[in-house]
Amino acid sequence: MYDAKQHIINKLQKDILQWQGFTPPKAGMLKGIGLGPMERAFPNGVFPTGNIHEMICPTPEQAAATSGLMSGIIAFLMKNGGACLWISNGRKQFPPALMTFGVVPDKVIFIDVARERDVLWAMEEALKCEGIAAVIAEVREISFAQSRRLQLAVESSKVTGFLLRNDPSKLGTTTCVARWQITSLPSQLKDELPGVGFPRWQVDLLRVRNGNPGSWKLEWADNCFIPLEDEEELLQQLDERRAG
Amino acid sequence: MTDWLTLRQPKLKDVPFVLAGPERNRIVIRAANALAQAQGVHTGMAAADAKAIVTNLKVLDDIPDQPLKLLKALGEWCIRYTPIIAMDLPDGLVLDVTGCTHLWGGERACLKEIVTRLRSKGYDVRGAMADTVGTAWAVARFGKVKAIIAEGEQQDALLSLPPAALRLEPLILDRLHKLGFYTISKFIGLGRTAMRRRFGDGFLLRLNQALGTENEPLQLLQPIEPYSERLPCLEPINTAVGIEIAIKTLLENLCRRLAGEGKGIRTAILKCYRLDGQLVTAAIGTNNATHNISHLFKLFELKIATIEPALGIELFTLESPKAEDVEPEQEILWVPEDCSLTDSRLAELLDRLTNKIGASAIHRYLPQEHYWPERSIKTTISLKEKPTTAWRTDRPRPSILLPLPERIDVTSIVPDYPPMLFIYKNKTHHVKKADGPERIEREWWLDQGDHRDYYQVEDEVGQRYWLFRSGHYSADNKPQWYIHGFFA
Repeated sequence: MYDAKQHIINKLQKDILQWQGFTPPKAGMLKGIGLGPMERAFPNGVFPTGNIHEMICPTPEQAAATSGLMSGIIAFLMKNGGACLWISNGRKQFPPALMTFGVVPDKVIFIDVARERDVLWAMEEALKCEGIAAVIAEVREISFAQSRRLQLAVESSKVTGFLLRNDPSKLGTTTCVARWQITSLPSQLKDELPGVGFPRWQVDLLRVRNGNPGSWKLEWADNCFIPLEDEEELLQQLDERRAG
Repeated sequence: MTDWLTLRQPKLKDVPFVLAGPERNRIVIRAANALAQAQGVHTGMAAADAKAIVTNLKVLDDIPDQPLKLLKALGEWCIRYTPIIAMDLPDGLVLDVTGCTHLWGGERACLKEIVTRLRSKGYDVRGAMADTVGTAWAVARFGKVKAIIAEGEQQDALLSLPPAALRLEPLILDRLHKLGFYTISKFIGLGRTAMRRRFGDGFLLRLNQALGTENEPLQLLQPIEPYSERLPCLEPINTAVGIEIAIKTLLENLCRRLAGEGKGIRTAILKCYRLDGQLVTAAIGTNNATHNISHLFKLFELKIATIEPALGIELFTLESPKAEDVEPEQEILWVPEDCSLTDSRLAELLDRLTNKIGASAIHRYLPQEHYWPERSIKTTISLKEKPTTAWRTDRPRPSILLPLPERIDVTSIVPDYPPMLFIYKNKTHHVKKADGPERIEREWWLDQGDHRDYYQVEDEVGQRYWLFRSGHYSADNKPQWYIHGFFA
């Protein structure tokens, strides 16, 4: 009796997800985008591409950390070809740093608009354009209606959008699939060696539509994300890979 | 010029009058009307002399630039006969009627039509038609027998005319006159080398141009765009929908032609001639040559709001001053490695952005072989330009780079070591881990100043910074520290 009920609920949940546009991953595409156990937080356990993600980065330190993690994700998105657009008003991103996270900087087109309100217009135009891997926009303020326009644009084009929010006091309800907050963590080198190690972050998913918010720790090393729970094991694997 | 003035002031019709202006402290006649000319007054004469000849002569002030304006207006009026019209200063118009005469029923009828129409308006004109500009010029001014010179008869027509008919400089005319050459027939048979020696290259050029052995380029009054379309409207258009339909129709015609020739639009100008005589233009530009109608229409769509129809638009023209070869689109068998930037959809998107917010907003960066961080990248306009050197990842570079390094206060114990703590924006950061220094010398051939010693440091909460010390430590000099970036 209980099993039957549970079965019906599971079926309904799957159906609802499908109606909302989250298709279950096809066999062979289960590899994910390299975020490791974090991806289980998302609906169907897959990082939602073709959606808009919101990242909170009020300080330049956090903006740098966010840029690092986001570049890592974009590098995966750009693997199938497609350029990336970075729209902002007063950008400080240093293009050569993108290379560290696997994004070729000359495939990123920076659009530096003079007025804040052109950012959203440009982003909507860009999101409507199929064949682009990702669109990043630095936005101070966005209303629910505006975010819904962006959502409608990505639903037909399947472009992934990232909104960088630099003013946490202006956060409202949006249609974004997830709200991220990324902060730096002290790096660690093996065997207590001196110097700065690989970048490490604490990634908080404050809100995930149809998913499970939570907090994770990640490190970027050797061009991939390494979840820090089973860090030891992975580092060992990494050594083996390097050796062999 | 005098005809124009007579038209303006009818009472001048029966009075001999001249237009005069100052030249080297003398009042010199610039133009004289027919009555004055009949009594022996000619241009270039001093006004005082002319007054002595004709007692009732009226001398009016010359209006500078007015003859040029008048000639231009007349030339523009003549576009109804042929599109190829050039001004021949100071008082002539050159019309290339090749292929147009049949519209008026033959060459004779065409010339008659032009001359009578202008005469009926009150202008004293003389016209001639010949194979070359030079001969037509000569016959129009000095010819007495016939106005239309048949093909290949330029030499015969010129023989009886004076040397002045060859558009020669006064100095050469003077010399010819002294030598007794009163008509062209007297010297046309002379050896070319002898003529060049005596009268120079300019003389031979004019002679050859009149005879048709040398090409004479025309400076057109209204240059013709090779790719342009016209759309006259029966009823004046004053709605946005109407303008949209007009743009679509023009684009369809123009793009069909461009597609046939394998060309594409880089820039296009839409000109709307309004009922009240005003001209409204809207221009677009594209990053790649294209003849995709829907894309070009989208670009114009952004501009429709700026077109003010007022009473209505009666004529639309679409010109493409810059058309380039389109790279033929190819069926892609496999996805090449670097296809992302050649995607036509991306180029079209950038066109839309460029037309709305300007080309200066769009940046793409390529690596440049400089260690100095500010100079390590360069911008490029083209989407196709490939990096000439690889992007370097061997040195750490921050995700966020401040446009200008900002001063910080530091506490450091050992010189040439990273600081123990630093204060940035009133916040103290204790340095826990550090890498460095990476010394970057200033490129002395570009600018002067101290070198920088960069350190990558991490504070107690794991935030990573890029700091540098400017210059050396010495006994009396404590170098300044700066923050230049933030690491991920």
